[in-house]
Amino acid sequence: MITREDVLHIAKLARLQLSEEQIALFQEQLGKILGYFQELEKLDTSSVPPMTHVLDLSNVLRPDEPRPSLSVEEALRNAPRSREGYFEVPRIVEKT
Amino acid sequence: MRTVIGLEVHAQLLTKTKLFCSCSAAYFGAPPNAHTCPVCLGMPGALPVLNERAVEYALKAALALHCEIPARSVFARKNYFYPDLPKGYQISQYEEPLALRGYLELPTGKRVRIRRLHLEEDAGKLLHRPEGYSLVDLNRAGVPLIEIVSEPDLSSPEEARLYMEELRRVLRYLGVCSGDMEEGSLRCDANVSVSPDERLGTKTEIKNMNSFRAIEEALKFEVARQRALVEKGHPIEQATLTWNEALGRTELMRSKEEAEDYRYFPEPDLVPLQIDDAWRERVKRSLPELPAQKRARWMQEYKLPEYDISVLTDERSVAEYFESVVGLYPHPKDVSNWMMSEILRLLKESQTMEIALKPEHFARVLEMVSSGQINRTVAKDVIAESFKTGKAPDEIVRARGLSQISDEQALAEIVAKVLAENPKAVADFQSGKEAAIGFLQGQVMKATGGKADPKKTREMLLQRLRAT
Repeated sequence: MITREDVLHIAKLARLQLSEEQIALFQEQLGKILGYFQELEKLDTSSVPPMTHVLDLSNVLRPDEPRPSLSVEEALRNAPRSREGYFEVPRIVEKT
Repeated sequence: MRTVIGLEVHAQLLTKTKLFCSCSAAYFGAPPNAHTCPVCLGMPGALPVLNERAVEYALKAALALHCEIPARSVFARKNYFYPDLPKGYQISQYEEPLALRGYLELPTGKRVRIRRLHLEEDAGKLLHRPEGYSLVDLNRAGVPLIEIVSEPDLSSPEEARLYMEELRRVLRYLGVCSGDMEEGSLRCDANVSVSPDERLGTKTEIKNMNSFRAIEEALKFEVARQRALVEKGHPIEQATLTWNEALGRTELMRSKEEAEDYRYFPEPDLVPLQIDDAWRERVKRSLPELPAQKRARWMQEYKLPEYDISVLTDERSVAEYFESVVGLYPHPKDVSNWMMSEILRLLKESQTMEIALKPEHFARVLEMVSSGQINRTVAKDVIAESFKTGKAPDEIVRARGLSQISDEQALAEIVAKVLAENPKAVADFQSGKEAAIGFLQGQVMKATGGKADPKKTREMLLQRLRAT
């Protein structure tokens, strides 16, 4: 079961602000999703290695050779605010 | 009271490009955001591709630290929101890192176990402006890092510093990291706890220690703070602290309640990395002699004092230079003395990384000194000039008139003067103390500024001494 606190924690991590209706809606929906996984848990997977990728590939590598980057103008084009070649963001105090 | 410290080190790899895209990794001093592309800007749909050299360098470091390399490693997303990371997650490794269970041997002989070593990308840089906004430069976002996590095997701040210094030395020997702590190419976080018995105490984590001194000072401060609490019977709160260099104290960054929830999961955009035996062996064979091996061999082979060895093996280029010179002039302690007094000073003054004096030139100067052709004062000048100009010592000695005096009459006058001024040495010689000739020869050298031909001087002295 998903509690109201679980929903609020997930919302906080995702930086989402939810209304009371949304909290109730997501609590129900996320609970259902977890329910599907409980179904899956009934299967014995002890002899199946965890799959991290759908393709049977490994070691896709590229040589360490520089290629041109975007221009600063291009890099900043989607930014709502920029200044002196930097992205500008609201004041950030400390990483928490 | 027992102190337990573990270190988590981040080292930037000296690749040309970033870990997952072909943007230049040379962010230092570059204009802001000049090295970015859709991948490192975190644009939707852009896909990362792993840098082969970064894997190679990480493997070198892992093997130099005697780690096991699992056949397979997997990248993972570490999720957090912060503007230095435009994707909203850092690509790192979590459950299946590149390397596990190694050790680093300190110069004291102690082995500090390495828990794991993995590849991950660096974040961008933020500038906080007092006007109330922050600026983001993403040139560093995506630069390859290795994270090296030690076991909590360090038992004092001094030992933590030794570990960090040795780790830096190893990475520099390998050529995989510049080791520049001021520039942030090598960074360190520490986990610290104290306890009155064998059990582990509650640990705190310290961040933001940007120099060897800061590591030692911050740990000393934190150990003292925790001890004082434990002695008073107060509990230690688990927390992340930051080192305030200016105030010389650790400060609370976040408490346990505010701890991050990173929600790691396998990175679906990257396929697993598989390191087979052939690859591992090839990298292993490419490793240079490492500092600990070099120190042990020098002790055996050159019989140098520990101090000399620690100074001369600190930098690989200096150590290799020493060995080239000893190859030409096989008197290790002599070469060591001259290197520590003259060469390292000149190297420091030249503000370069390379010793400009050719090994054969240096060896030649030492030969001239030992044959008595020039004295030590002249030798210092010759070394300094050859260092600066690249000229051969013989050429310098000739051009500056430092070459030995072999003119019979000029030398005869000096010899006569020396004999007249040193009646005691003359008497000693004549009473059978043949060693006195060495002193008299030295006096002639002194009188000529090292320019007297030693062979001729000796002959002449003997002739005069026996004649009287």
